[in-house]
Amino acid sequence: MHVVVCVKQIPDPAVPGALDAYNTLQREGKLILDESDSYGVEMALQLVDAAGGGEVTLISMAPNGEVSGLRTALAMGAAKAILVSDPALAGSDALGTAKVLAKCVERAGGVDLVLAATESSDGYTGTVPAQMAELLSMPALTFAKHVEVADGKIKIQRQTEAGYDVVEASLPVVVTVTAGVVEPRYPSFKGIMAAKNKPVDAVTAADLGLADQVGWAGARQEITGVTQAPARQAGEKIEDDGTGFEKIVGYLEKLKVI
Amino acid sequence: MTIARSPEHELFRATVRDFVAREVTPFVDEWEANGIFPAHDVFAKLGALGVLGLEYAPELGGAGVDHTYKVVLGEELGRIPCGGVSMAITVQLDMATPSLARHGSPDLQARYLAPAIRGEHVAAIAVTEPDAGSDVAGLRTRARRDGDEWVVNGTKLYITNGVQADWLCLLVRTSNEGGYQGMSQIVFPTDTPGFSVSRKLDKLGNRSSDTAELSFVDARVPVANTIGEIGRGFQQQMEQFEYERLIASYVAVGQMQCALERTREYLRERHAFGRPLLANQHLQYLWAELAAELDLLRHYNWSCADAIVAGNDEVRRMSAIAKLKAGRLIREVADFCIQVHGGIGYMEETWTARFYRDARLLSIGGGADEVMLQLLSRLDGATA
Ligand SMILES: Cc1cc2nc3c(=O)[nH]c(=O)nc-3n(C[C@H](O)[C@H](O)[C@H](O)COP(=O)(O)OP(=O)(O)OC[C@H]3O[C@@H](n4cnc5c(N)ncnc54)[C@H](O)[C@@H]3O)c2cc1C
Repeated sequence: MHVVVCVKQIPDPAVPGALDAYNTLQREGKLILDESDSYGVEMALQLVDAAGGGEVTLISMAPNGEVSGLRTALAMGAAKAILVSDPALAGSDALGTAKVLAKCVERAGGVDLVLAATESSDGYTGTVPAQMAELLSMPALTFAKHVEVADGKIKIQRQTEAGYDVVEASLPVVVTVTAGVVEPRYPSFKGIMAAKNKPVDAVTAADLGLADQVGWAGARQEITGVTQAPARQAGEKIEDDGTGFEKIVGYLEKLKVI
Repeated sequence: MTIARSPEHELFRATVRDFVAREVTPFVDEWEANGIFPAHDVFAKLGALGVLGLEYAPELGGAGVDHTYKVVLGEELGRIPCGGVSMAITVQLDMATPSLARHGSPDLQARYLAPAIRGEHVAAIAVTEPDAGSDVAGLRTRARRDGDEWVVNGTKLYITNGVQADWLCLLVRTSNEGGYQGMSQIVFPTDTPGFSVSRKLDKLGNRSSDTAELSFVDARVPVANTIGEIGRGFQQQMEQFEYERLIASYVAVGQMQCALERTREYLRERHAFGRPLLANQHLQYLWAELAAELDLLRHYNWSCADAIVAGNDEVRRMSAIAKLKAGRLIREVADFCIQVHGGIGYMEETWTARFYRDARLLSIGGGADEVMLQLLSRLDGATA
């Protein structure tokens, strides 16, 4: 089984971020593997293992030639990577990104399954995987909290507010996985050393035949403003004078939780 | 602040940091309270990660890389918020196993080193005795030869991992020559009849690490368990001490870095006289000076690691200097951290209290500061 995982390399969330003149996140310097994508990588490795063979290919679009995020995923066990890095990509909107990633899936060739996170953790729309599926003419199965593959078919549990739906499709498909579906492994020391020699295919937008469809030129979406998220409201404090539990029960009843 | 050697060193650093934060740190308070930590569980995880055999041969499950990765590992183990767990791990890494890796027979390595690398076995180093610590040449535990077996009698004291260890790298007398002569290193399995843990010792600090007094009464082990040459034990142990002193210094750098960072952030938050404590130039300068000393040590450690890689015979001297300076500096840093935290720093609930207790060991264990100075003055010809 050949699984492609979309991995985004993002600025370290532990370091305070900054916006550039176009209201997009500054992404110079060191980038790390988006934690949301580590679940997809782990899921892919487990599915390939369960299938008894195959390999995992990473695809990533980055503003610079940074590979440290990819190295982490290669050290976890992915076999190879395609990295699209090109100054021409700056300013790409969600659809532009989806086009690039869809071309990468085609370039990887013979793909059974494409995994992505439901959304990335730096700047996101949550729409890239579905757009990519459309471009690839594959079904999009979203919000998977459990994935099983057998006999050319995939079955997922799609997270809903009330519980989950069971959704099935024939391969190949695009699946988005929710955070926490699996426990991502630590890269072992051997994995880290092996990652050094794993192939990273570095390509440009032109190599993918997308030269004028991406970047500022191709963007149909514009970020017109950025607003601070509202500060979280202070919660209600209950002083326990011995009857605190009654107030908590009352509150939960009001929410119809109990 | 760290030194980035290569992308692989950096990815390794990030991995160990993540591992420590998720698999070790959350449990430290509990282990400190218990006076012991589950070495077998933690070592098995470390074994799976591949960190217990960095420099050891791939045939034994090691990674076969050079010593520089140990600097990264040591510094990151220093971020564990107690000294006991990192000490126990470094015993396995660089105190109980280097002689076996360098001088042990293939059979002995397969039976004891390979499981230690996988984290299935917990190892301990047993040198110190009630009447011989600094003066290793004064040790008395005796192994008498009886055919193909050693018959061991004696006592070992202050042995880290001693309660949980599966085997000891045991330094004993194997002849009547006395002094530096006639000692041997033996792999001693702790399920040997005649062996017992006589006491688990209560300590000032490093409380999550089990420290034991061990007793040997007519305990029989095969002569084939001798590491390297019979009679060369003292010399092999002096060589093993070099690794012990270096890893202790690497860990100390991580511990001090963490302590200084936490203290700086506390001084920024804490206000007195209408401004943050950190606005006080006196405190800024004290902090900056300690950070500068730490940077010297950090770079010295990397030089030591490079000397090991180069097979440089300066390692004996350099490892003694590194441990001496690390031991002295960490006492200063711990004292500074408590002092500038004020009353809260003296409270058991604040990390500084544990750090202060744990930090005190480095100038005693692995050869006291004075023993380092004795060695250095001899090596440099400053004796008369
Ligand atoms: C928590 C802990 C864990 C330990 N773990 C281990 C272990 O795993 N394995 C092991 O074998 N040992 C271990 N030790 C023992 C440790 O290595 C010894 O305590 C240390 O070497 C000092 O020996 P000593 O205690 O016998 O002190 P002594 O030899 O009695 O020395 C006491 C003091 O005298 C001074 N002194 C000694 N020699 C000189 C000199 N030549 N010139 C001037 N002053 C001198 C020093 O200040 C020294 O601290 C551990 C100790 C502790 C506290």
